[in-house]
Amino acid sequence: MRADVPLIDVEHLTMRFGGLLAVDDVSFKAQPREITAIIGPNGAGKTTVFNCITGFYKPSSGRLTLRGDREYLLERMLGHEIGQQAKVARTFQNIRLFPGMTVLENLMVAQHNKLMRASGMSIFGLLGLKRYRDAEIEAIELARLWLQRIGLVDDADRPAGELPYGAQRRLEIARAMCTEPRLLCLDEPAAGLNPRESAALNELLLSIRNQDGVGVLLIEHDMSVVMKISDHVVVLDYGRKIAEGPPDEVQRDPAVIRAYLGTDDGGTDG
Amino acid sequence: MAYFSQQLINAITLGAIYGLIAIGYTMVYGIIGMINFAHGEVFMIGAFISLIGFIICSLLGIGSAPVAIVLVLLVAMAFTAVYGWTIERLAYRPLRGSFRLAPLISAIGVSITLQNYVQLTQGARPKPGGQIVSGGYNLFSADGFDVRVTWLQLIIVIVTVVLMAGFTWVIARTSLGRQQRACEQDIKMAALLGVNVDRTISLTFVMGAALAAVAGMLFLMYYGVIDFFIGFLAGIKAFTAAVLGGIGSLPGAMLGGLLIGLIEVFWAGYFSSEYKDVAVFAILVLVLIFRPTGLLGKPEIEKV
Amino acid sequence: MGPRLPALLKDAALTAFVAAALGFFIVGFRTVDIGSTKGLSFDYQFADLAVAVVAIFVGRLGLSLAAEGQRWPALILGAVLGIVGAGPAKLPSAFLHWFVGLAGLLIIARTLWPSANRAFLQARQSSRGQSATRAGARWFGWILLAVAVVMPLMPFADQKTMDLGVLILTYVMLGWGLNIVVGLAGLLDLGYVAFYAVGAYSYALLSTQYGLGFWAVLPIAGALAATFGMVLGFPVLRLRGDYLAIVTLGFGEIIRLVLINWVDLTNGPAGIGSIPGPTLLGAVFAENAPPGKITFSQMTGIPFDGTQRLVFLYYIILGLALVTNLFALRMRRLPVGRAWEALREDEIACRALGINPTNTKLTAFAIGAMFAGFAGSFFAAKQRFISPESFVFIESAIILAIVVLGGMGSQIGVVLAAVLLIGLPEWFRDLGSYRMLAFGLAMVLIMVFRPRGLIAHREPSVRLRAAPPGGR
Repeated sequence: MRADVPLIDVEHLTMRFGGLLAVDDVSFKAQPREITAIIGPNGAGKTTVFNCITGFYKPSSGRLTLRGDREYLLERMLGHEIGQQAKVARTFQNIRLFPGMTVLENLMVAQHNKLMRASGMSIFGLLGLKRYRDAEIEAIELARLWLQRIGLVDDADRPAGELPYGAQRRLEIARAMCTEPRLLCLDEPAAGLNPRESAALNELLLSIRNQDGVGVLLIEHDMSVVMKISDHVVVLDYGRKIAEGPPDEVQRDPAVIRAYLGTDDGGTDG
Repeated sequence: MAYFSQQLINAITLGAIYGLIAIGYTMVYGIIGMINFAHGEVFMIGAFISLIGFIICSLLGIGSAPVAIVLVLLVAMAFTAVYGWTIERLAYRPLRGSFRLAPLISAIGVSITLQNYVQLTQGARPKPGGQIVSGGYNLFSADGFDVRVTWLQLIIVIVTVVLMAGFTWVIARTSLGRQQRACEQDIKMAALLGVNVDRTISLTFVMGAALAAVAGMLFLMYYGVIDFFIGFLAGIKAFTAAVLGGIGSLPGAMLGGLLIGLIEVFWAGYFSSEYKDVAVFAILVLVLIFRPTGLLGKPEIEKV
Repeated sequence: MGPRLPALLKDAALTAFVAAALGFFIVGFRTVDIGSTKGLSFDYQFADLAVAVVAIFVGRLGLSLAAEGQRWPALILGAVLGIVGAGPAKLPSAFLHWFVGLAGLLIIARTLWPSANRAFLQARQSSRGQSATRAGARWFGWILLAVAVVMPLMPFADQKTMDLGVLILTYVMLGWGLNIVVGLAGLLDLGYVAFYAVGAYSYALLSTQYGLGFWAVLPIAGALAATFGMVLGFPVLRLRGDYLAIVTLGFGEIIRLVLINWVDLTNGPAGIGSIPGPTLLGAVFAENAPPGKITFSQMTGIPFDGTQRLVFLYYIILGLALVTNLFALRMRRLPVGRAWEALREDEIACRALGINPTNTKLTAFAIGAMFAGFAGSFFAAKQRFISPESFVFIESAIILAIVVLGGMGSQIGVVLAAVLLIGLPEWFRDLGSYRMLAFGLAMVLIMVFRPRGLIAHREPSVRLRAAPPGGR
């Protein structure tokens, strides 16, 4: 069932902040066309793993290999190169849209590198050549497609900051998808959503896996989301991996139960 | 050797003045994360109040220099502090929570306003301050050159050291200092825990302005002449000192001040005095590029 | 009103007390030179101070009454101050007349503000008002352009008006150029005047040393300024917003100090003179042509007139400004322009989307610098003499103020702000020496009361539907 070639291979990832060991020798793999969830109590180091994968932190040691058209060693790449070349897209725990720009503009910015090439470093664009105009129309169509999928077509020309919270979450995912990524990293996408929105999110994530064939890496507190949609679960506690496997197996793992319900101060949600 | 020693003495004196101004930048930056661009002008106001204070002393017939200096020092600190308080209250407080460049732009406006205010009320021509303290002490002679420390230089260094010590005590030991440090760490949390944030920030500006007034008085006594424009250059140099030492760090501000004094004096003494300001600006640029946390600053971890 | 009055009085008294403390030394004792030996003495100004403090007391009281909704008492106080300010009673200085009068106006404006604001909002929300605003915004720019084009042909366009027109347009162009950097990309550049200086000195040196003409140097100057922008920008654009501001300020000062001190190249503080003006198809604007050239009147047969040169300069700067504007508007709709705005909004999100922040900022910085270079060349050709004194920090601050006051990112806003900040002080000569004071105060007040500038409206760079259907 599991493919031989993983989409991303995290090996011995360690991240130290001064004396604090936030991530300690964590290894796991995420497969293409699968949803891999990273769960764990607060402060387990989940977001730090994400920040290492997406280039916001430089890991203290370890190797992050992403397999696409070739192998990318993410730990050696600059932040923006990871999105541009390795095609890893992400969302943020506290939504980071461009609030003053419209919904459509947010999705256009996501297609920046493609459009930049088509506009010939802005020169063709300045001259208004057909080549660029066609690329722009195509980009708008891609954006329209995503707006339909997240149900925001009618809000396309409103500033993104005016949208309700749930819509902003969906828009951030759509924006990440407009970069046409190989790997989509979602940092607590269900946080703050009501049950109806949460169900719609599950649909969206499943369709991203099945329809678009994109591998998804997911940090989530809401166990109902994790259990329903993920194919593979990695459990972190105090920066270490304590369990890994299919969701139903992980759920029964005594180490996981201890970490979530144990006597120590590890908080739990969901 | 003698020339070097003399330059060193001059550099330390100048560095002390820059350090005093730099503390104002560093404290405000530490607490609300903004560059108080108008701080150089507060220093200039302090120098003018001192100038006027000294003239009043001589009109009142206060002949003793120590008495005059202490009186003027206290008055200048008090009245300049009112400027610090007012600026924060009117131009910065309403902008907390506005977009991030707003306070800086407002500060530039305050700076232009204060410069022109003093130019209008006091005139544009340089004002001679007269000599309040003269004389000095010859340390040693070498190569036919007297190495000399003037009483004035001694006063400058002593005043600076005493104020620094007092100030460090306030920050480290008093409840006000604790509240300031709390606000520095996390302003929202401090407010939740009952720290009066507005008052603490106001007092930070007041203290910074008072120290700038001291620097203004010392500057007036050292150079003997001031005009409405001195705040611009001195302000940028002091800001450079604060950045060099590590913005947010009090010992860093003092260290940075000393280093800027050294660079300026030695550059002028050994290379060319025309380019001494260029040297200081170049240092600012280089530090910000290669070590933005400065010498004693803590690294900032970007929160994502 | 009764129980609140003592509190309001106390508040006003406190304000007046603070004002008195602020002014006591700086305003109260005016230092004057009394000959070289004795140094300084005083010219006492306590009457001025007292009038100002009383005005502040009354003003503060009036403002708080207005805020409490006590209209009539507030209006009366405002009227009293207004009458004293404008009236025959002689106050110690002309400035105080302005000060008191403006304080009165302020109270009256503050009192009437709520109802005026309500009426304004209602008018805007009505459907007629809405379509009027939209049409107005669309036509306003064209009307301004038409006025600018026909201005030199008007009978009232004497030399003074034309000079002012050229001056305003120069600042409009600089404002549009800086708007790319500050308004769109969100990079606070306090050293913009450095690139203006690079452009000016490029033309001055190339024309006086190598005899190159204005039109040949213009692209060179732009390219040189842009190169400077890239060289300076590359290392510093990674810095946080306010650090960037200080570093650009430092660069601006370094360039000025180099211009002063590198005497072999720049002739130092004495400046460079006899810079040739621009030519029209090779014809010069002068009564007598230098050897080998012809004059405009020889070429066209129109008799020589001193204002021809000025009209020509006016159209050059108008053209240059329009090119800047068109370029900026066009760039804004391209991917790079959208990336600029996205960077201004959230740099971290941009990085996550694979946008290279340094390169993107660098393009904004270099393009802004290029337009400053063009404007600088024009300035040198217009003045025919330049010296480092024209390129001081305050110039950068003025250009920045134009961008900020206009509403960052708004092109029309820049025009309005340039007319307001450059034009008005020239018309009100009385204000002369108070100009910069008012200028600094305006910067603070705009940030406090209208941080988004005069024109806060932002037009999306792309719409899903070309024109929104009626109703929404």
